[in-house]
Amino acid sequence: MPEAQTAVTDETIIDVDKIRADFPILSQTFNGKPLVYLDNAATTQKPRQVIERMQRFESEEYGTVRRGAYKLSEKATRLYEEGRQKVADLLRAGSKSEIIFTSGTTQSINLVAYSFGKRFIQPGDEIIISTIEHHANTVPWQILCEERGAVLKVIPVNDDGELIMEEYDKLLSSKTKMVAVNHISNALGTINPVEEIIEKAHQVGAKVLIDGAQSTPHMKINVQALDCDFYTFSGHKMYAPSGIGGLFGKMEVLEDMPPYVTGGDMIAKVTFEKTTYAKPPQRFEAGTPPISQVIGLGEAIDYINSIGLDSIARYENFLLEYGTKLLEEIDGCRIIGTAKNKASILSFYLDAVHPHDVVTLLDEDCIELRGGHHCAQPTMQRFNVPATTRASMSFYNKKEELDALAEGIRRAIQVFS
Amino acid sequence: MSYNNELYQQVILDHNKNPRNFRVIDNPTHSCHGINPLCGDDITVYLNVGDDNTIEDISFQGSGCAISKSSTSLMTAFLKGKKVEDARVVFNEFHRMVLGELDPEKEENHLGKLKLFTGIREYPSRIKCASLAWHTTIGALDKKSEGISTE
Ligand SMILES: Cc1ncc(COP(=O)(O)O)c(C=O)c1O
Repeated sequence: MPEAQTAVTDETIIDVDKIRADFPILSQTFNGKPLVYLDNAATTQKPRQVIERMQRFESEEYGTVRRGAYKLSEKATRLYEEGRQKVADLLRAGSKSEIIFTSGTTQSINLVAYSFGKRFIQPGDEIIISTIEHHANTVPWQILCEERGAVLKVIPVNDDGELIMEEYDKLLSSKTKMVAVNHISNALGTINPVEEIIEKAHQVGAKVLIDGAQSTPHMKINVQALDCDFYTFSGHKMYAPSGIGGLFGKMEVLEDMPPYVTGGDMIAKVTFEKTTYAKPPQRFEAGTPPISQVIGLGEAIDYINSIGLDSIARYENFLLEYGTKLLEEIDGCRIIGTAKNKASILSFYLDAVHPHDVVTLLDEDCIELRGGHHCAQPTMQRFNVPATTRASMSFYNKKEELDALAEGIRRAIQVFS
Repeated sequence: MSYNNELYQQVILDHNKNPRNFRVIDNPTHSCHGINPLCGDDITVYLNVGDDNTIEDISFQGSGCAISKSSTSLMTAFLKGKKVEDARVVFNEFHRMVLGELDPEKEENHLGKLKLFTGIREYPSRIKCASLAWHTTIGALDKKSEGISTE
């Protein structure tokens, strides 16, 4: 097993004040209090570069894509396809034809479960997920298993929230047809050993989907080096608009998959007798797509690259380490998710205050947190908590905001004692 | 150092910490399980209703946030000894109050101490926390064996 790497931290690698100036919402105050936005695992804020680029497109360049042979449409099509190329470059895909635009991770996983499942999953086959998946990477597989008479298997986790790889080994067999796990858990922050998961799944002939909703904004991804069959992401978690996201799929796998949503743009030829499908990615992009969102996504990728994912990871690791220490010092505060390999997500549970009360109380100070099950109820069950409070950090957060968080938690405990 | 919060008044904090009627009634005439799937609030309400439709005893068990726990506790204290018909009237008033449709300071009502929860209308995501107890009680009285879910 590969050793857990000690995360490299660096507080000074990012000029956080300069970066914050790019995000208009971060300079807002509510009731005279500055916004402390710590729900980045749910959705991220947008830099003005993204907002302005979309505004320019909407006001000066808007047209439909792939259809019109006139200036506006041709330009829109070019910009749209440039967006696809930027995604391919970000994920290090071999070709931009392996990038399918969807509304986000949820739709990407549903696409694969439906299309791959319809074609390849037979009664008695097995699909493996893990205990710490988002419902988006649980329910589609559950339904597929029900429909096809397949069996869902679940990799357990230890008390730190790390996958127990020996148990994974035992679940794998020639019956395994699909392994679907997240790269980073949104509820706990665990970074899963996806290289090993993928390699072992391939040894038994299974395909692998990695849910990258949380990882794409935090770390460098190389789908070719990983050798995964599918990789998903959501634009709104990486400084781009909501309503856009995508799916990387290996071309040889995509080529064998039937369409998911059908209609215009996904066909090669339609007669009433028979329709032949377009090649990927068009086969999976029926209908008019969210055009300005794709252009916003491309701009967000440029923005991320201008800072650099290595620097982002180092700085966010610093915030994680700093925040972890602060929470560990608070009596009656238990951090849920203490994996060695972790991203900048801090889930915690207070003995004295229910997560929803924590969120409402800290919101008084404009500290925005998430309280709940984070669409990961099996994870909550595993750790015997009804819900957790979660602070998730981005490169635009400052350590002073984590000081304010710790102060707010102490005050909440005091109010309830 | 305290929060000047309309929601977390001392009475609510007190009922959260020391909930009243927090126990099981053996062989109740009515009971119901209620959950708030979004928050994980999870309560069971037990009632003993007499032949004359009086709520002779009422209690609850479960877990949840301060709002749901204190609301349930205050409700049980309020309803004990009341008639079932009156409970239904107050349920209706409470429901309208938390939704902001009834202003207890301006309109006639029977809410008494339960007016404490007026402030909840400013917190849309928490309304279900306050009303779960009431939905569950009405579910028990209506003999809803499948339980109550606020979603
Ligand atoms: C790990 C993970 N998977 C899937 C999703 C679903 O993403 P979306 O809502 O963008 O489709 C999320 C978002 O909450 C997530 O964190």
